Amino acid sequence: MGELRLMKGNEVLAEAAVRCGCDGYFGYPITPQSEVMETLMELQPWTTTGMVVLQAESEVASINMLYGAAATGKKVMTSSSSPGISLMAEGISYIAGAELPCLIVNVQRGGPGLGTIQPSQADYFQAVKGGGHGDYKLIVLAPASVQEMNDFVELAFELAFKYRNPAMILTDGAIGQMMEKVELSDHKPRWTSEEVRQKWGSWATVGKVPGRPHNVITSLELDSGKMEVNNLRFQEKYRKMEAEEVRFEEIMCEDAEYILIAFGTSSRICQKSIELARAKGIKVGLLRPITLYPFPRQAVANLARRAKGFLVVEMSAGQMIEDVKLAAFDAGLSLPVEYFGRMGGILPSPGEVVEALEEKLIKK
Amino acid sequence: MTEEIIIAGFGGQGVLSMGKILAYSGIMEDKEVTWFPSYGPEMRGGTANVTVIVSDGRISSPVLHEYDTAIILNQQSMDKFEQAVKPGGVLIYDPNGIIRPPKRTDINIYKVEGTRAAIEMGNPKVFNMIVLGGYLKVKPVVTLQNVERGLEKSLPPRYHNMIPLNLTAIRKGGEILEAMPKP
Repeated sequence: MGELRLMKGNEVLAEAAVRCGCDGYFGYPITPQSEVMETLMELQPWTTTGMVVLQAESEVASINMLYGAAATGKKVMTSSSSPGISLMAEGISYIAGAELPCLIVNVQRGGPGLGTIQPSQADYFQAVKGGGHGDYKLIVLAPASVQEMNDFVELAFELAFKYRNPAMILTDGAIGQMMEKVELSDHKPRWTSEEVRQKWGSWATVGKVPGRPHNVITSLELDSGKMEVNNLRFQEKYRKMEAEEVRFEEIMCEDAEYILIAFGTSSRICQKSIELARAKGIKVGLLRPITLYPFPRQAVANLARRAKGFLVVEMSAGQMIEDVKLAAFDAGLSLPVEYFGRMGGILPSPGEVVEALEEKLIKK
Repeated sequence: MTEEIIIAGFGGQGVLSMGKILAYSGIMEDKEVTWFPSYGPEMRGGTANVTVIVSDGRISSPVLHEYDTAIILNQQSMDKFEQAVKPGGVLIYDPNGIIRPPKRTDINIYKVEGTRAAIEMGNPKVFNMIVLGGYLKVKPVVTLQNVERGLEKSLPPRYHNMIPLNLTAIRKGGEILEAMPKP
């Protein structure tokens, strides 16, 4: 059993990074995630594990420091909130194009623009569809508790290195700011230089050894033929992720006639809505995508075969609902798929979700 | 057992720390806890509130629209949260600054004159602990012993000399708690 603590989600991200042997953090403060760097500065891991913590001059600088550090095969990360992630978009595309593993955390706030500092999930499209330019994908994990803020840091690094691809933890101000009981992971040592050379020496800039060609890190390829080959390789990698890395949770779906579909904070709110709805005799369950990319398309299709309807609950104008509809459509299934959500930093209440379920699906 | 609480008042009154002590005490009893604060502009001077959930089982939503208990420390919060107490639930308030006392007849209302008692004790800062003591008298979700352990965990060691005073304040709150008669 690991160490039990009462901590904020943001603080846990920092603890988990140090404990999983992260080599470097590069960031720039922004509400509601500033506690990530604050906690790292308090922990001073450079005096213990040797992890670098650096406050850059901007988000653009952070993401490019991350790009450079990731090129060396080190376990590195950054974190920001919505407007900051937009500033990083170019760098994220470059990192994906150069096929480098790293972790980017987005503790979302309400947008668009500078928006508000309250929680939101309106960066779903940005996280799973692109954000930056070009045909690339991030591995996107959506924690729904402070415990998962701990667990997903290590998981994100594991997946990032497995696929040589940037991973994102997509969370929001609610989980970042709230405190829950968390079992912290045990301390793991950072990889030694020798370990990095052994594990990632085939691609990382770890110093050239005689007889081996140069490892070149770039997203630039002026020969279109070669660039298409690169793209085909990326796509093959994304198909492998879709086949092997889908993660989701089903809650009370066994006998459910209606299914709520929600991730992160919304999925927690929906769990309360289920308690309230079941007390009224409504048989409702929850599908919670944990990986937003790769999206649990098969799980959606399986539930679409037997449910009377879906209500997709999001803290946005309805973004994930498009992937839900596509998953059902591609499986040749047709059922009512409705949306309920709040925007701009307002959280849906559990009662509102039940009302929406009754109005949009049951009374119809 | 699941207890869903909202604590609301002015920023600086110790709303968030009351919730934090309650949450830490819950952990000392091996319970599941969630502490969800309002953050941002509120904590810079306006109204502040925190939702605390203490439960024997897995906690669903940190975000709620109705509560088992509301602990109210200013008029704005009274206006906002009196109606959000579940029927049969509990509302505890400090009458200092309350110009429109709660009117609901389907909930149990208690008054704790925390501000006055704190001044009498010679330390106005412990008023939030007095109110917390009133709450724990009504709903003993955590024992005083575990509150003490919670204080040890939540306060930095340099403030540990303040723990006896805080515990006295909590006991005081239990003593001066006043059940309001239903009209």
